[in-house]
Amino acid sequence: MSAPTDEMTSTPQRSTWSARVVATVTGADARLTALAFVAAFLFGAVLLAVSDADAIAALEAGEGPAAFLGAALSAVGRGYTALLVGAFGSGGAVSETLVAATVLILTGLAVTIPLRAGLFNIGGEGQVVAGGLAGGYVGFAVEGLPLLVHLPLALAAAMAGGALVGWIPGVLKARTGAHEVISTIMLNNTLTFVAIWLLTTSLFQIPGRSDPISRSILDTARLPRPFGGLRVDVGIVLAVIIAGVVLWLLDRSTVGFELGAVGSNPSAATAAGMDVAGATVRGMTFAGIAGGLAGGALILGVQGRITPGFSSGLGFDGITVALLGRGTVGGTVAAGLLLGALKAGGRAMQARSGTSLDLVVVVQALIIVFVAAPGLVRALFRVRSEGASGTQISQGWGA
Amino acid sequence: MNPLERAARRRQLRFALVTLVLAVVPAFLLAPDGAGQRATFVLADARGERVVLEPLQVAVTPTVVTLAVLIALLGALQLARDLGRRAPVAVGAAAGLLVLAVLVWAGAGESVSVVALLRGTLFAAVPIAFGAMAGVLSERAGVINIAIEGQFLGGAFAAAVLASVVGSAWAGLLGGVVAGALIGVLLALLTIRYQADQIVSGVVLIVLATGVTSFLTSQLLSVNPDWNSPVRFQATAVPVLGDIPLLGSIVFRQTMLVYLMLITVVVLQFALFRTRWGLRLRSVGEHPAAADTVGIDVLRTRFRAVVLGGVLAGVGGSWFTLEAASQFAKEMTAGRGFIALAAMLVGRFSPVGALSAALLFGFSDALATALQRLPVPLPSTLLRTAPYVVTLLVVAGLIGRLRVPAADGKPYVKA
Repeated sequence: MSAPTDEMTSTPQRSTWSARVVATVTGADARLTALAFVAAFLFGAVLLAVSDADAIAALEAGEGPAAFLGAALSAVGRGYTALLVGAFGSGGAVSETLVAATVLILTGLAVTIPLRAGLFNIGGEGQVVAGGLAGGYVGFAVEGLPLLVHLPLALAAAMAGGALVGWIPGVLKARTGAHEVISTIMLNNTLTFVAIWLLTTSLFQIPGRSDPISRSILDTARLPRPFGGLRVDVGIVLAVIIAGVVLWLLDRSTVGFELGAVGSNPSAATAAGMDVAGATVRGMTFAGIAGGLAGGALILGVQGRITPGFSSGLGFDGITVALLGRGTVGGTVAAGLLLGALKAGGRAMQARSGTSLDLVVVVQALIIVFVAAPGLVRALFRVRSEGASGTQISQGWGA
Repeated sequence: MNPLERAARRRQLRFALVTLVLAVVPAFLLAPDGAGQRATFVLADARGERVVLEPLQVAVTPTVVTLAVLIALLGALQLARDLGRRAPVAVGAAAGLLVLAVLVWAGAGESVSVVALLRGTLFAAVPIAFGAMAGVLSERAGVINIAIEGQFLGGAFAAAVLASVVGSAWAGLLGGVVAGALIGVLLALLTIRYQADQIVSGVVLIVLATGVTSFLTSQLLSVNPDWNSPVRFQATAVPVLGDIPLLGSIVFRQTMLVYLMLITVVVLQFALFRTRWGLRLRSVGEHPAAADTVGIDVLRTRFRAVVLGGVLAGVGGSWFTLEAASQFAKEMTAGRGFIALAAMLVGRFSPVGALSAALLFGFSDALATALQRLPVPLPSTLLRTAPYVVTLLVVAGLIGRLRVPAADGKPYVKA
């Protein structure tokens, strides 16, 4: 199957960095992407309306369709207004958006990098867990170091933890052909339990407590917050810098070229003397580093300690980000910011109008449904077709 | 020695070494522990069986040592002779003996119910087998179905709500089937009609199903507990067969979905490989262009296979709320859909193979449950990782030699 990069961007291949960002934001795909958002929010509104307590009450009381519609529309209006205000309405809202975007950009990169080599990393969650555990441990257990030493050390530990968990499925794939989709999912579930277990051991647990919560990260390992009262920390800067490094790695380095070649045509890459197995391992390990750093940024940043389930759903969020970013680094950063706004807004919505945050998951999934199947959006909005087929990016079982 | 022979020799040594390492655990770690103690294996569970077998008692240390010697012999055999393609089987057999040794060791001074262990195996295999068969149907027809986990969640949710509102487990099963099929329709639409990437479509449908069921659970079920208290299937004994000693207690005193699973496996195996319908279904997964040439409607055949797969996955999903748990909870399927996917691969895309693999995963589940009840020096949280670790090991060990339907994962475009 074909490479992610070539079919997913509509610009000429191997274009410049700026051209790619422009293509992601304004290219021929932009209209379809926007319509995908509109469609996703419309479906989300339907779900919001039919599950609203007032609307159901109106229906049960037999007050007629007008009362139902009125209640439903007001529920949708309340929900979506709260979402918008929660994402952009104030300095605090923007801060929350950036906090959410930090993790999303990094987990998105964890999917984008191996996608170049045709590998589909569903293991973001496990990599986040490993990064959070390793980074967090160094963050509270190592004492007496200044910030400039302790924080980088903790971040390095997070990267190492994630790298290990990314390396395992890479090696399994390269050596035995075990498909990464299955091995990464199994590692996710394994690590979730390992984390819960570790949090009940004396290694992590607060002495004298029985609940599975780790000790607090020392101040010398916390990511500094430049804006005082706001929760946003330097993690977002870190995420953007990492994105820059990944951009260089994928588009300018030999390693990145090999990843792309292996993703486009493994046989041709082998014939050209490239190390396909090595590229597979490297792709997954780099993914693990990004995922581990996401876990580290979360624990050393906003969370400040490790709690069970801190990683819940983050791996799948990364998939959404990477697919929305169409496999490019610039796109991943843009998508991370956009979905960060959605997530921060969703939290505010849950707090203000009582609508469950899970609605955001639904809307995210729908966005990707429509992005992955442009034909569906064209059919919904009667946009003129330019070839109905969707993009093929992953490889089958035999690969 | 040429390089090929050297590689084969290295492989032989590696397998032999793994087997010998497996022998070390019972010989040195387990054997000294249970000195002088006996383990009791219960072979019946006083639930009205006609013939009640006496419990089996074994002395711990001699049994564990015997098992260790057997494993070591298997290793020695591999050192002496190259077993070639059968080497993984020998390692598997050694692993099986090791599990037996662990059971004897863990049961020192306690009693272990063999009936409960094996009955639990069959019970835990239900969703895995149904999910794997859903995958078999879909992938034999050429569509990768990653969405099994989502179909489980949808099925479990709909089954819980319908069984609660209507007050009948059968209504719940119907709801589960419809929900599974509905997600199947979505998958078929995305992959066949709109030719979206099949793995991406599957993953996205999982996220969608997770989101929708979680959202509705928060918004509706938590406010109306009546909608989430399903009437469940009860265990029923099959007349006559249920009175067979041991076998009857394990297989024929089960719940409805276990029986349904066994019947479905037999029917589907026959239908896939012995009927015209099955031949046509497999032909569109192997060589759609050829199938098209002889007049088979490729897209319609694929569509139906994916939806029928959704029906089976929906039954598997119903197991969670109609048999396993007493109500629906967010994300309760906990990766079982992916284990089903692995079972499908390990079972080499056949229903009987899928059942065998499902039983292996079911056993690791039941074993972890059994060990949690015994005074074993292992944290119970870690034991719960057993099915996932086993899946990882089995997939890594077996998948390399996999033959996938030739057109699996590729959209069909008429030339």
